[in-house]
Amino acid sequence: MLQRLSHLLGTEALTNEQIAFILDQAKPFQEFQRHPLKKLATLRGKTVAMAFFESSTRTRISFTTAAARLGADTMALQAESSSLKKGESLLDTVRTLEAMRPDGIVIRHASSGAPEFVARRLEIPVLNAGDGTHEHPTQALLDALTIRDRKGKLEGWNVTILGDILHSRVARSNIHLLSKFGVRITLCGPAMWVPRELEKLAPNLRVVHRVDEALDGADVVMVLRVQTERIHEPALAPDEYIAGYQLTPARLRLAQPDALVLHPGPIVRGLEIDSAVADGPQSGVLEQVTNGLAIRMALLYHLIGGAAADAPHPAKDRSNASD
Amino acid sequence: MRVVEKRQLLSAEEIGRTLSRLAHEIVENSGGAKDLALIGVRRRGVPLSERLAKQIRGFAKADVPVGTLDITLYRDDLSTVGPQPVVQSTQIDFPVDNRDLVIVDDVLYTGRTIRAAMNGLFDLGRPRRIRLCVLIDRGHRELPVEASFIGRTVQTSDTEIVEVRLQEIDGEERVVLVDRVP
Repeated sequence: MLQRLSHLLGTEALTNEQIAFILDQAKPFQEFQRHPLKKLATLRGKTVAMAFFESSTRTRISFTTAAARLGADTMALQAESSSLKKGESLLDTVRTLEAMRPDGIVIRHASSGAPEFVARRLEIPVLNAGDGTHEHPTQALLDALTIRDRKGKLEGWNVTILGDILHSRVARSNIHLLSKFGVRITLCGPAMWVPRELEKLAPNLRVVHRVDEALDGADVVMVLRVQTERIHEPALAPDEYIAGYQLTPARLRLAQPDALVLHPGPIVRGLEIDSAVADGPQSGVLEQVTNGLAIRMALLYHLIGGAAADAPHPAKDRSNASD
Repeated sequence: MRVVEKRQLLSAEEIGRTLSRLAHEIVENSGGAKDLALIGVRRRGVPLSERLAKQIRGFAKADVPVGTLDITLYRDDLSTVGPQPVVQSTQIDFPVDNRDLVIVDDVLYTGRTIRAAMNGLFDLGRPRRIRLCVLIDRGHRELPVEASFIGRTVQTSDTEIVEVRLQEIDGEERVVLVDRVP
C-alpha cells in the first residue's frame, strides 16, 4: 500500500499494488473537481515547497492547484529568479527550503536523479515533478488513469508511443508503469530518437521505425512533444518529422477505431500532431489535465498529510551524514 | 485488551421495526417528502439510508433521492493520525441547494463525524435544512450536535463500543454493545 511509500521518485520502483492504490485514490478527487466549492481544509497548516529548478508551467500549476484545493500552502522557488543563478548548490538550496519547515517538497530538475539525491538527504517527502530524461511519475500516473477511465481497464492494451523517446522522461515513466500491467508497448520515431537499445527497458516492448507499422492495431497512441530545448544532436528538420511521424487523421485510422490519443502537453499543433486529431473525439488531452489534478491531490494527501514525522530539526542530526 | 460482547441492543426484527418508525417520522416531520433527500454517511449510514428511502417509497409513494457521503477529507484528526485513511467516493448526484437533507448514520457518539458531514455537504451547495437520523444515540457528545430522529438511545460508558452489524456489510443483522477489558 501507499502507506509504506515515503517519496514519489519514479514509477519504476512502484509495485502494481501501489500504482493501483494511487489510481483508486484519485477517483474521489476526480469527483471533487466537479464540486462548486473546490477548497478542502484537509491539509490546512501544511506547506509544500515547490522547487522547480527547470521551468514548468502546467506541472507547476497542477501541483500548486492540487495543494491549494487540499488547503495546503505552497512556497515556490523558480528557476528564473532563484539563487541557482548565483551559484548555490542543489543541496544548499533544498536545505534552505527545508529549514523553513515545509511538510513536503515537489522537485523538477534538469539532472536525472536530482529528486532521489534530495530524498536521501531530507526528512520530508519528495515528489518528483520531472528529472532530466529519467522520470516524470505523476504524468505516467495521470496517463494510466485516463486510459483506465476511457478504456475501462489498464491491462492488456497495445500502446504506441510516438516521438522522441530517448529524451523523454514521460515515455520512460510510462514504459515502466504500463509494462507492469502487461501492456504491449511499441516505440516509434526517428532512429536517432528511438534506438534499438530501448527494447531492453521492459518486456513486451518493441521498437518500430515505420509509423504505419507502429500504429497498426494500437489501442492507445501517446504522442510526445518534439522537445527542441532538450536536443543536442543535429536536429531533424520539422518538415521531415511531419512527413514521417506527425499523427494525422489518416494515420490514426490505422489504429483501432476507438483508439485513445494522449499527449502530455504542451502541444505543438502542426508538428507532432494534427489539430484535427488533438481536438477530435479520440483525444483525451483535456481529461489528462483534469486527471493530473486528481492524481496530485491523492499523492499530496497520502504523502504529506498525517502526523508530521517526529523528526528533530533537520539541521541537528545531519551533522554526521555519510554523504 | 480484548473485546467482549456485553449484550444485544437490537435484534434484526427490532432494527427493521425501528427503521420503519424512523421513515414515518421523517416524512411526518417534513410536511411530506417534497424536497427531501437522504445522505448516508459511509459506511453503515449508506445501507440504512437506502432502506429508509425504500420504506418511504413504499408508504408515501415518493421517490426520495439518496446520496452517499464520505467524510474522510473532512475529519478533524487527520493531522494526528499516522497513515492517512483511504478516501472513498462521495456520490450525491442531485443538487443539494434548497434541499431538505437528512443525514443518516448508524451511531451518534462524539458528534465529530456529523460536523465533518455537514462541512462536506456545504461544499456541494446550500441546503435549506439539514437534520440527522441515527439508529443509535450513545451519548458522550463533544460538539453541540443532536439528532432529530433517533432509533434507540443507549447509556454507555467510555470504554464500550456500539457495533451496528448490517446484512449488506457484515452479513448479519443486529446491534450489540461490546466492552474493551484489559
